[in-house]
Amino acid sequence: MRHVLIADVEDRPGVLNRIASLFRKRAYNIESLAVGHSHRPGISRMTIVVAEDHEEAIQVTKQLDKLIEVVSVTDVTEQRHVSREMALAKIAAPEMKRTEILQLANVYRAQVVDVSPGSIILEITGDEDKIDSFVEIIRPYGILELSRTGEVAMVRGRAMPTPAMVAEEGPAA
Amino acid sequence: MKRTGAEIILDSLVAHGVHTVFGYPGGACLPLYDALYHYQDRINHILVRHEQGAAFAADGYARASGDVGVCIATSGPGVTNLVTGIAGAHMDSVPVVALTGQVPRNLLGTDGFQETDATGVMLPITKHNWLVMNAEELPRVMEEAFYIANTGRKGPVQVDVPKDVYLEEVEFDDFPPPNIPGYNPDEGMQPDPTLVRAAAEVIHGSEKPIILAGHGIHYSNAYDELLAFAEKANIPVITTLHGVSSFPESHELSFGMVGMHGNLYANWAVDRADLLISLGMRFDDRVTGRLEDFATEARIIHVDIDPAEIGKNVTTDVGIVADLKPTIRALIDEIDQLDHTPWVKQICQWREEHPSLAIRETEIVLPQWVIRQIYHITNGEAVVVTDVGQAQMWAAQHFWYDRRNTFFSSGGLGAMGYAFPAAIGVKYARPNEQVWSIIGDGGFQMTLQDLAVVKEHNVDIKIAIINNNHLGMIRQWQTLFYDSRFISARLENPDFVKLAEAYGLTGLRATSKKEVLKVLKEAASIPGPVVLDLVVDEVEKVYPMVPAGSSLAETIEGDEVEEARYA
Repeated sequence: MRHVLIADVEDRPGVLNRIASLFRKRAYNIESLAVGHSHRPGISRMTIVVAEDHEEAIQVTKQLDKLIEVVSVTDVTEQRHVSREMALAKIAAPEMKRTEILQLANVYRAQVVDVSPGSIILEITGDEDKIDSFVEIIRPYGILELSRTGEVAMVRGRAMPTPAMVAEEGPAA
Repeated sequence: MKRTGAEIILDSLVAHGVHTVFGYPGGACLPLYDALYHYQDRINHILVRHEQGAAFAADGYARASGDVGVCIATSGPGVTNLVTGIAGAHMDSVPVVALTGQVPRNLLGTDGFQETDATGVMLPITKHNWLVMNAEELPRVMEEAFYIANTGRKGPVQVDVPKDVYLEEVEFDDFPPPNIPGYNPDEGMQPDPTLVRAAAEVIHGSEKPIILAGHGIHYSNAYDELLAFAEKANIPVITTLHGVSSFPESHELSFGMVGMHGNLYANWAVDRADLLISLGMRFDDRVTGRLEDFATEARIIHVDIDPAEIGKNVTTDVGIVADLKPTIRALIDEIDQLDHTPWVKQICQWREEHPSLAIRETEIVLPQWVIRQIYHITNGEAVVVTDVGQAQMWAAQHFWYDRRNTFFSSGGLGAMGYAFPAAIGVKYARPNEQVWSIIGDGGFQMTLQDLAVVKEHNVDIKIAIINNNHLGMIRQWQTLFYDSRFISARLENPDFVKLAEAYGLTGLRATSKKEVLKVLKEAASIPGPVVLDLVVDEVEKVYPMVPAGSSLAETIEGDEVEEARYA
């Protein structure tokens, strides 16, 4: 089954390499990995989706946590969380098909971000299911290029305590 | 004050009490050596003859001293030659700091002369590593390097420094205390009292418990605790290979080693136990045999400092992430005085019926007998450093380790060539002890160039080559599992005595039992390095044995060929 892990990591050269190397050497199945700056300076947040059973997911989490530059890692699969992914899709769109495609885009609340002769680029945001479904719907029109970000996730409610935050703010009341 | 990068590194070594380092210079790290010129009164640099020897020696030094071992190599081939030694330190959780030179910053990434992606190569085989891009980072990095290497689950680290960073002058006052948000080893030191109580309850409910003692006992210095715990709970102690010398083998609760070449009775005991109390070991495949059939009747209490080891290979009933010393202490307080006499007697009976360590009376020189004689001649006081293969197993089986932390071996990686350079490191860590390197004729030839080192520094170690003119374990496997189709098992060896002499060392050969006794005595009495060519039976196999893919219950004691030969 899918497990969604959120890892806060130090923003240093080579961190991504260490994580990729760990997944390679232990043969963990990675579905997606999205990384970018977090709200804290010097800390990046990664959302990692792995296709592993429960026991393996625990191992993945522990092994990630052992990496020195991984500040914290949490498996949020069982927690209430939201997750989103973004995709850009370039679709073959001869003039006669354009209206039809735009109607579909509208249904999925996809944005048109480029219109060129013969093709348009749509941007869509949603959970993985929504994007999968959108991709299937537009596939018959001819997808020229597809680029997906991979999932980013966040737990609902109060911020996840991390060691650094506990140190800064004191333990949660 | 103004300091160069190289000076900051050497100041850091001095601050951490490092007085011996093992290394090999090269273009990219010449500035470090130039700075070392002025530190020779404080830091003794041992010039090895191949960088692999530097890594092995640093590993041996670390294991024998409890401190961090330090090795130095240059960029490119220097680093790649370190790899085997560092990979071994990583597998066996040995604290080593590898200082490696790198091409100057302006050449990085240009495929410059002697450039290798050194941090990339080392990344999967170090606990952590750094490419230091300016000298200002060095005080922090060096402090973190020693801290990370020698805390938590220990391991090797690498500090890769471009040539011009060694030379860069920066303002330097002091080393900052390590501040690593993602690394807090102190957090996991004390055991959770609830789990200790849960463990005690499981122990109280057990009739056939076994303590499995591993490498962690050494690192945690938990010898007293292990002994007191075993005695109070009256539980038999069986060790892993790295657990050898963590519990006195002459103790009535000691039943030796478990695993692929463990004692039959130890393997049976683990197989039939109803509880395994696993202390600082990681259920390696050489320990468990076929995992599905490992200790099927046993509940498992697993104590380890590394959370990732709990539940990695076997499912545990009580997993405690903590340092062993306080954990065993807490367990001792929590348990009642127990009595497992029937269970202990049962294992003793197995031992009587199947004395795995009995050595046959033969005219021919058996390797096991040689090991036993080394034990006798050194009054059991030698520190033993082994290679990998048959000689390693015989040394683990037939020397009785009553003294703490006196057995060193390349366990996880199983690197041939370890025993000799590692013994050099061990000797530097324990100059007052007798250090014996027990090594096969194959393994010795992988790193024998360091004979020049022991000559140069008169490093008093005895190199006992258990010479069967074969890669013995290869021959054993080809005999047992490949229908005796021998290929690349036989070694055409040099004259080891002449070789020793060529290096200016004493070499002694023995081909009979009488000669073995004579040369061992002679070697022990010579204050200085000796190479012993101990010619033994060519076809002797290591038994007991759990064939790869079999379970501990299927341990075999010997084979028909063997029995026929000595009938």
